[in-house]
Amino acid sequence: MSPENEIRAVKEVAQTNSETSITIQYLSFVLGKEEYGVDILRVQEIRSWEPVSRVPNVPPYEKGVVNLRGAIVPIIDLRERFSLSKVEYTPLTVVVVLQTGSGNHTRIMGVVVDSVSDVISIDKSEIQGAPDFGTKVSNEFINGLVSVNERMVMLLDVDKLLTLESLEQSEN
Amino acid sequence: MSIDMSQFHQVFFEECFEGLEAMESGLLSLDIGDIDSEVINTIFRAAHSIKGGSGTFGFTVVAEYTHIMETLLDEMRDGRRPVTKQAVDVLLGSVDCLREMLTSIQNEEDVNMVSAAKHQAALEIELNGSAGNAPEAVKIDKVAPIAAPLKPEEITEIDEEQGWKIAFCPYLNLLKTGNDPVRLFRELNGLGEFTSNVNIQDIPPFDELDPEECNISWELKLVTEAKEAAIREIFSWVEDDCALEITPLSKPKKVKKPKITPTAPVVEVVTATPDVVESVAKKAAVVVESDPSKNTPKASSSIRVDTDKIDTLINMVGEVVITQSMLGLIGENFTMDKVGQLKRGLAQLERHTRDLQQSVMNIRMLPISFVFSRFPRLVHDISTQLHKKITLKLVGENTEVDKAVVELINDPLVHLIRNSLDHGIEMPAERIAAGKPEMGTIELKAYHRGGHIVIEIVDDGRGMDKAKLLAKAIEKGLVDEATIMSDKQILELIFMPGFSTAEKLTDISGRGVGMDVVRRNIQSLGGNIDIISELGKGSTIAIHLPLTLAILDGQSVAVGDETYIVPLVSIIESINITEKMLNKVAGKGETFKLRSEYLPIIRMREIFNVKSGAATKSNEGVIVVVEGQGALCGFLVDELLGQQQVVIKSLEANYRRVEGVSGATILGDGSVALILDVPGLVRLSVR
Repeated sequence: MSPENEIRAVKEVAQTNSETSITIQYLSFVLGKEEYGVDILRVQEIRSWEPVSRVPNVPPYEKGVVNLRGAIVPIIDLRERFSLSKVEYTPLTVVVVLQTGSGNHTRIMGVVVDSVSDVISIDKSEIQGAPDFGTKVSNEFINGLVSVNERMVMLLDVDKLLTLESLEQSEN
Repeated sequence: MSIDMSQFHQVFFEECFEGLEAMESGLLSLDIGDIDSEVINTIFRAAHSIKGGSGTFGFTVVAEYTHIMETLLDEMRDGRRPVTKQAVDVLLGSVDCLREMLTSIQNEEDVNMVSAAKHQAALEIELNGSAGNAPEAVKIDKVAPIAAPLKPEEITEIDEEQGWKIAFCPYLNLLKTGNDPVRLFRELNGLGEFTSNVNIQDIPPFDELDPEECNISWELKLVTEAKEAAIREIFSWVEDDCALEITPLSKPKKVKKPKITPTAPVVEVVTATPDVVESVAKKAAVVVESDPSKNTPKASSSIRVDTDKIDTLINMVGEVVITQSMLGLIGENFTMDKVGQLKRGLAQLERHTRDLQQSVMNIRMLPISFVFSRFPRLVHDISTQLHKKITLKLVGENTEVDKAVVELINDPLVHLIRNSLDHGIEMPAERIAAGKPEMGTIELKAYHRGGHIVIEIVDDGRGMDKAKLLAKAIEKGLVDEATIMSDKQILELIFMPGFSTAEKLTDISGRGVGMDVVRRNIQSLGGNIDIISELGKGSTIAIHLPLTLAILDGQSVAVGDETYIVPLVSIIESINITEKMLNKVAGKGETFKLRSEYLPIIRMREIFNVKSGAATKSNEGVIVVVEGQGALCGFLVDELLGQQQVVIKSLEANYRRVEGVSGATILGDGSVALILDVPGLVRLSVR
């Protein structure tokens, strides 16, 4: 069997598998005691925290911009975005660079999280819808909940999280 | 041998459009009655190359059409025909028609035969009419439609005629141009059954005979299935040196003027006065005029660059490579005694990089005349249509601006000029009554100012009636009656969607869409638009646009721990000050007396909420005096850091627009600095 054929065969197997159970991989990270997950295909890279250039007159959770290989990329503090208590940034603080949008209109954006924990594979059927928390907690960015080893992981909708228009609206 | 001609199409079309532009500007500059033969020559040459090119590429439609234009131009060139306004108008219409044809062919659409036919009719009338025929009832051999030879299906019809009669009447100089009729006949013979009748009655007596002149003419008969085009191709070398008539065998036909090549056999003979066709042609011209606005997008965008510019570029790249390898050598086994050498190398590299950058930017710069050159035509057409007398003055056409700006500024300018023509300039009688010269003037100016290019449209027309504008706005419910508005604010009303004061709608302007679009377009280019208008005296519309969208000279300034870039072009001067030199106004605002003028002060720390850095008592600092939107203003910063060229990076690509900031750049240490938007900051501080 030629290498191409082999690859094709492997792909076919993967496809038949995915038909029976669709598995999605998520990158999970920690904010305080809460665990969140984002679609791993949206993650461009994971970097350590480095000082940003502040942008004036924007909401406090928009920390500023950094130079990512020639592109100007905004950095958003998820703790502040979700109104969690602030912590000092340490050398262990991590920035997850996420990609949003599709086609020729994609944006990249960094989110500051406490630490990255794991890559988890989740069967789509295991995902539960996010319950309505009432007005107390906004669940607009949460796609669903899943439990992994008795821990609850909240799956985030990257597109909604990174749409700045929505940031601007919620700000008003 | 088969070559794929389509690879040259793009170049051909570009050349054609350039040729058409040359023809157009030539025609417009033709002074009626006073013929500058050089101008006519230019027009003729342009027409000729279009004809030649389109023949080569098999666009017979264009080639045959251009041939008629060429005939007309040829007669003008030789002085056999006076240059009349009517003729120029017809030729201008034909230029439009050709442009339309070429655009259709370029976009691989069907050529609009109806309008082509109308133009061709007008052209032929012009050609026949003033050449001596009775002008009131010219018999035009109006083939149904005239564009018959242009339509493939018509040609097939003709093919059924099974043969051609060819009247071949060479001019005296045919032989001198190196053409041999025998060769032509031999080729014709190859097409089918060929018979010839020699006409020798013109041969002078023997003692007057010049053996180098061709005094013979022929009447040829060719029984063949070949198409007319095939026969014409054989004669293509001599068609300028002979009178050629090709008619189908079954329907022989007399043509009055030997110089005119009949475009096709007669199918229908129409009698028309030139005026009728003229007006038809005019209408067609109007249709064409409105067409380019909904132009289908051009296939690909390319730019013509001076070879000199490219050579310089290649030279510089060579220099950079040499410097780089030199630095590499130093680095390979570096010792401290090579520091001097290293420094020299780095300095060299810096210089080369800067030069390189400059010449790359240069490639994108085009003179604004690329846009301006279209307007004489526009003004000519519309003023004729409106029966107004208007001259257009162009100033500063060589001002260079980025290609992207050139492309995007055209539509807004067309709109503004149409407005000036339609609403601005009054009818001649009205102007005389108002004590103004009969001839209205529109001036189109371009100049550089402070890193911007300014384009001004100045007319000496009736100006805008502020009271009327306000009344209209209230009537339309766009503003509240109670609002008190400054003159400037009232003028700005015309930029509101749905606003129009024109009493009647015309096809030129007045539908109330437009000015808001114009403003939006200009703002999307990073520019702005201002209006000054005085009732009865005229209006000035000024557009400010950035020169380039990629690089700027910047002054970096420190505010707290943060670094910002102020565009160098907007800085007038910088002054060290102490707290005492500032004056409070109403307890809040601050001013600074610069020589005789009081400048408003903007504290960067406050406006940007800078908390970091040593909490200075701000008794010391630097005032950067900048010009923003016409007014001077002072930015109070902590320190000046240095000047450098910065590459503008968009904040919006991944982030969003931030007020007071026009973009970002990356500093030498890899960190990001924001570039200040001076006019935006001035606006921000007012709030």
